[in-house]
Amino acid sequence: MVSFKDLPEEELFLAGSTACQGCPSSLALRMAFKALGKDTILLVVASCTSVLQGSYPLSAINLPLMNVAFATGGASASGVSAAVKALVKRGELAEEPNVLVWAGDGGTYDIGIQSLSGAAERETDFIYVCYNNEMYSNTGTQRSGATPLGAWTTTTPGGKAQHRKDIAQIMIAHRIPYVATVSLAYPLDFYQKMLKAKEIRGTKYIEMLAPCPPGWKFPSAQMIAVSRMAVQSGMWLLYEHEDGETRFTAATKRILEGKVKKRPVKDYLEIQGRFRQILSSPEGQQAEDMLEKEVSESIRRLQGWVPEYI
Amino acid sequence: MSREKEEVGYMTSMSRPVKGCAGDTGEWRVFRPVKNDDKCNRCLLCWVYCPEACLTKEALEIDYQYCKGCGICAVECPTGAIEMVKEEKR
Repeated sequence: MVSFKDLPEEELFLAGSTACQGCPSSLALRMAFKALGKDTILLVVASCTSVLQGSYPLSAINLPLMNVAFATGGASASGVSAAVKALVKRGELAEEPNVLVWAGDGGTYDIGIQSLSGAAERETDFIYVCYNNEMYSNTGTQRSGATPLGAWTTTTPGGKAQHRKDIAQIMIAHRIPYVATVSLAYPLDFYQKMLKAKEIRGTKYIEMLAPCPPGWKFPSAQMIAVSRMAVQSGMWLLYEHEDGETRFTAATKRILEGKVKKRPVKDYLEIQGRFRQILSSPEGQQAEDMLEKEVSESIRRLQGWVPEYI
Repeated sequence: MSREKEEVGYMTSMSRPVKGCAGDTGEWRVFRPVKNDDKCNRCLLCWVYCPEACLTKEALEIDYQYCKGCGICAVECPTGAIEMVKEEKR
């Protein structure tokens, strides 16, 4: 069992970056680098992370980093992964570094899905991390394919009318060796899943819920609390998928085993400003019921992969 | 190919990693986290949850030069050892 004392002290994400106060992406980068170590090549798909790494000629990330175009997360990783393998074969590199793609939900759900799908199908050896803040935060909070039903964005002023899609399930359908969802509120679960992804060869897909304080309209100090509530209410399910089997982890596991009671989705909606419009409108109750149904449907679908439920 | 590389060198715009690439981000702070060492039980939660890597793991000292004052450490501290205090006008 890993404890906080086992986390490496070395910081590869340096203090004083251009990230907002309480940014989930900067915290996630910190945690991911602790797990992956210095021997990592980072590819950043256009997102907030392209900004928070600092501006030329200074950088907050103490790793080889390449900024790539919006739609090219998977394609760039394929190129870097092939180059790394060629260098090892020629003897110019002693061992293969980790290739890590860092993309937001826009660069994964909407714009980057075709290149990610292609790279997964080619069984490219890389780790893809999607930090999902459920909107295009970098360009001023527009809706994305990950925005949940009822959420306010600048392009859905009355609340989004459609459900979000479940991209982790799409990645499971690619039969890649490892798919996992993580939350910042459960850092050891996050750390262990990253360590596991590091050891596995092939395409690894990890998705993290990234509550964005300015986009979701809550105080920056509540970032971890909102992350935790998302898991406790079932709006974000923690699991890992390996060898055709899904295992629930951390708080989601405790909820499904009946050790902890699931919180109502309303508790999660009420602590964010982006659901204020829909909750105060006549459709508020209906949206809440639809989200509650979405949660139970997602759990049922995932349980189809869990051996003990089949 | 490798001879050419030696002659030409690498020609690319490259950023250098430094602490404080956005300047002294501590100036953004409105509330300042103040730690009470008597209450601290060294659970390391503040160190783990700091998005800016502004705490040291050993001494749990806060780096006020870069701390942006997000307040996550004060909310997550289980013993209430960190308090957010309004910054004086500088």
